[in-house]
Amino acid sequence: MSGPEPRIAYLAGRHAEPTALERLFYRLMAVPAFAALVALADRIGLTRRGAVIAIPYGWLVLFCLLPFLIVLKLSFAEAELAQPPYTPLFDWVDGHFRGIRVNIENYRLLFEDDLYWRSYLNSIRIAFTSTLLALAIGLPMAYGMARAPLAWRTPLLMMVILPFWTSFLIRVYAWIGILKNEGLLNGALMQLGLIDQPLVILNTEIAVHIGIVYSYLPFMILPLYANLEKMDWTLLEAAADLGCRPARAFWTITVPLALPGIVAGCSLVFIPAVGEFVIPDLLGGSDTVMIGKTLWVEFFQNRDWPLSSAVAVLLLLALVLPIVLLQRQRARLEAAR
Amino acid sequence: MRHILATLATTLALGLCAPAFAQQKVVNVYNWSDYIDDKILEDFTKETGIKVVYDVYDSNDILETKLLAGKTGYDVVVPTNNYLARLIQAGVLAKLDKGKLPNLVHMDKELMGRMANYDAGNDHAVIYLWGTTGIGLNAEKIKARVKNPPANSLAMIFDPALVSKFADCGVNMLDAPDEVIPAVLKFLGENPNAKDAATLAKAEAQLKKVRPYIRKFHSSQYINDLANGDTCLAFGWSGDILQAKSRADEAKNGVKVQYLLPREGALQWFDSFAVPVDAPNKDNAMAFIDYMMNPKVIARASNKVQYPNGNKDSIKFVDKEAMADEDVWPKPEAIKRLYTITPNNQQQMRSFTRVWTSVKGGS
Repeated sequence: MSGPEPRIAYLAGRHAEPTALERLFYRLMAVPAFAALVALADRIGLTRRGAVIAIPYGWLVLFCLLPFLIVLKLSFAEAELAQPPYTPLFDWVDGHFRGIRVNIENYRLLFEDDLYWRSYLNSIRIAFTSTLLALAIGLPMAYGMARAPLAWRTPLLMMVILPFWTSFLIRVYAWIGILKNEGLLNGALMQLGLIDQPLVILNTEIAVHIGIVYSYLPFMILPLYANLEKMDWTLLEAAADLGCRPARAFWTITVPLALPGIVAGCSLVFIPAVGEFVIPDLLGGSDTVMIGKTLWVEFFQNRDWPLSSAVAVLLLLALVLPIVLLQRQRARLEAAR
Repeated sequence: MRHILATLATTLALGLCAPAFAQQKVVNVYNWSDYIDDKILEDFTKETGIKVVYDVYDSNDILETKLLAGKTGYDVVVPTNNYLARLIQAGVLAKLDKGKLPNLVHMDKELMGRMANYDAGNDHAVIYLWGTTGIGLNAEKIKARVKNPPANSLAMIFDPALVSKFADCGVNMLDAPDEVIPAVLKFLGENPNAKDAATLAKAEAQLKKVRPYIRKFHSSQYINDLANGDTCLAFGWSGDILQAKSRADEAKNGVKVQYLLPREGALQWFDSFAVPVDAPNKDNAMAFIDYMMNPKVIARASNKVQYPNGNKDSIKFVDKEAMADEDVWPKPEAIKRLYTITPNNQQQMRSFTRVWTSVKGGS
């Protein structure tokens, strides 16, 4: 499980094995640039532990918080036919600061026009049902993989990951060929005599669901598999010995134990699915209104960067708030245990 | 190895607009899809030593979004007249260096005069190709559904009683509100260039009536769909529909595609070459534009993509057969029935898009 160095350290009298974070730190210390940075951090009073923690935080600030602030700033500007196509937020005249021009019109429009609310709700609904479908398909698959003989697991895992080696766009595009009226699916069904009129699937919400479930299934399977693989199967044997039927054992033992995996998998599917643009654009009909598409229209057809920024800010809030609340609820539950 | 380095260099030049790579002469062209004869590009490189990096779009909106964002790295772009006017107003297009464009003498004065309404003095752009927006159909499938269809009428697309008959064999609409809304207004007997809310509401109401019968809103897919019989009726651009016809003929799949100029009147548009202000290779752009104004060259483009051009001296090199189709190369009296549209301002654009979104969304 662990390499020789930590074990030596362990034998040398350190009572706790180094944590993953510490091991990462030792590895990084081999990079001169990193070592120099740590030395600098030491001088200004940052501890080594602090420095390691500062990296992910720095990353988040640089690539998550900063872009968000830029988008937030943009959302208070006004669209303009110019380059760049929005008014400046801060008014500078000859190097003198002349005040801030804040325009809340964009947010007002979001609440006034029901198009945006309908897109939000539609996206959340489609993402939700797709997530449930992905869970329904992913859980048995992950379960099967975790219970498969050890020699099979790596090939099975590879089969889940392998599709990633093809571009996401091409994989979604391939579904057009499968689902269209004269496509593979309809051709096969008609050949078998199951239907005599082609099923209209492409350009409907069903196709969007198929696309999302297909594309995000690995994100559901992987955390579930990681979770189930570590499960203590003797618990199920004990349940069987005590006369519990397999179905009941599954619900009372496996599912609760797999809960962290289920939550992780569902979040990994649900969150990107809400903002999905490519799948509804390629597989959905013109009447499949999702927020990603609405954002695209604002950006590319109205050239209204401020309004699309406002849509993005609200989308982020709509996604982050429930997650924060969920986390808090979980923390409270865990504390109560 | 040298080849790999050269490719790498042009890629980087496009990405970073780095003048350091200027020794490899490049022109970055951003044009409409299915809109050129590839051999022209090869010949241009052979004759001038300037490599063409070619990229395509199928909507003016995409082009404008990119240009307004800035630093696209493109040297030549091809906006349509009403968008050209907006881009000039936004200050993202450079004035042409007419001293480097000796072939300007071949251009059609009449058409360039019409372009001057969008680009005063023709300072920023020269016409590449022009065309109309009209009706493309698969005659056989249409006749199987309606005995004597008024094929050259906008009613084919905008009369719900008629278009509903064709819903099962596939109806495609351009995904371009500023082309479709004027057409539906023309059908309703309104001013096609109207921008006011009351008139737009009429267009919206009519479009919603035909919405259930439209399979797809797309501005380039319909070429293939018409050609292989997936779509039997399309509201689209003249040359694109003719390309569908050629592709079907080449494939010998029995599909016969036809373009019809709406008798009520049709939108006439001009696509023209322009140069972004931040173009990294302006001289090469001028060389490219001048090359494209060579009558023999532009005639090849017209022959391939089947759109008329704005070059009066090229006519003798254009296929007589193509020019015989009056729906595509309208005679002067038919040209009088064509209308043009003025650019939308921000507010008008928003109203157009909103109408469009609500039509497409079916709500």
